Amino acid sequence: MSNDTVLVLVVITALAFDFTNGFHDTGNAMATSIATGALGPRTAVALSGVLNFVGAFLSLAVAATIASGLVATGKVTLTVVAAGLAGGIIWNLLTWLLGIPSSSSHALIGGVIGSTLAAAGGSAIQWHNLVSKVVLPAVLSPVIAALVAACGTWLLYRITRSLTDGARKHGFRIGQIGSACVVSLAHGTNDAQKTMGVITLALIVNGSRPTGSNAPVWVIVCCALAIALGTYIGGWRVIRTLGKGLVEIESPQGMAAESASAAVILLSSTFGYSLSTTHVATGSIIGTGLGKKGAEVRWNVAGRMATAWVFTLPSAAIVGAAAYGIAYGVGGTFGVVLDLIILAGLSGFIYWRSRATKVDHNNVNAEWTGGVAPEKVPAATAAA
Amino acid sequence: MWINLGALWKIVVYGLIAGAGLPALFAGGLYALSLGPNRARAATAGAEGGDSDVLVGGSVTGMVLAAIAFLIILAAIGWSVYEIYYLGHPHTTAKK
Repeated sequence: MSNDTVLVLVVITALAFDFTNGFHDTGNAMATSIATGALGPRTAVALSGVLNFVGAFLSLAVAATIASGLVATGKVTLTVVAAGLAGGIIWNLLTWLLGIPSSSSHALIGGVIGSTLAAAGGSAIQWHNLVSKVVLPAVLSPVIAALVAACGTWLLYRITRSLTDGARKHGFRIGQIGSACVVSLAHGTNDAQKTMGVITLALIVNGSRPTGSNAPVWVIVCCALAIALGTYIGGWRVIRTLGKGLVEIESPQGMAAESASAAVILLSSTFGYSLSTTHVATGSIIGTGLGKKGAEVRWNVAGRMATAWVFTLPSAAIVGAAAYGIAYGVGGTFGVVLDLIILAGLSGFIYWRSRATKVDHNNVNAEWTGGVAPEKVPAATAAA
Repeated sequence: MWINLGALWKIVVYGLIAGAGLPALFAGGLYALSLGPNRARAATAGAEGGDSDVLVGGSVTGMVLAAIAFLIILAAIGWSVYEIYYLGHPHTTAKK
């Protein structure tokens, strides 16, 4: 059962997903550095892009989990994979439009599970693995990250309490560059692998690769490039929510948050948990708000995010299932093509909507006034 | 098993060591770096309303200690990246 046209379409869609994964998640690594001024916005995204690229080559442990641990590969077809990816992309774009740092991994996993459910029913899902490898880590990881970041923040302020404010700010800004780099590397390692896993799954399903094989080199290179490019484009809306919306961050908090994220992400991927870098980064940032006396966490923003997290898996699953329904209803290669045309149309629409309230490197750090897009400042005041 | 408790406590403990310990070591380095004659001056400037962002206090011992702290951090990062690379490519190690 080999269909190379569909396979090519699936690979392109997967790389498109990887691209949205990159720009949706730039904020996980760079939001706090941009917010504290440790790095200029454009330098930050460029640096993060390069490190994501390098990180993608570091490990293949998580890719294996995605390719074989969650759905019964025997029941998956290329159409299922394409529909699942469509679900993931749509959810990523919608949450980006709203500036909500939701999990790209959950969007992808949700999409694939939804389309598999629609195609083959509940028995094709490895529910136990889904709960133990995806849902539970999603609940625990932000808590652990927050704990680590809170301890880190407390220690940093305690140890440097005799330094002048200026010296402390200066010193930790330098440190933040290092910690932000490690998070970017961790993100590349962790997230690029998820797309590698999906493409490998498609190759296995198509019979192009034997079951249980690792991602081929061209897949690794393409995924690394796609996530790096996406990161470089920069998801300014999400960066803004993470850097300015949750907690007003100072440089010691930024470094504490980034170090906590890097440690938790890298440790968990070593154990093969495909946890969400977004959940970890958000947990860390909340943690730094808890670890510093007098810092304020905007719980309403955090609450909005947590709500989005709960809905990510099921929502992406519904879109994935619907996409499968359309492709199946139309049938054949054209069904998949139609899915992708609809996907491209919706993506274009969401992009068009985002232009109305543009967030970019110029206004990403503007005062938080409750919404994603900063209120328009009259030109005269902005210049002053 | 729904939760792998063995992995969980390791993530928490190692996470605290690496994620909070290493930045704390960095903070210790900054503190050591700030020791010395310049620091008193910076403090006076601070008391007078100025805000000095000078990091180097001028004490040689302080600078050496800071350098050691920063090197340990760099070594730890380098080692973990190597470790991840090594663990993440099982096929290169499994083959004879």
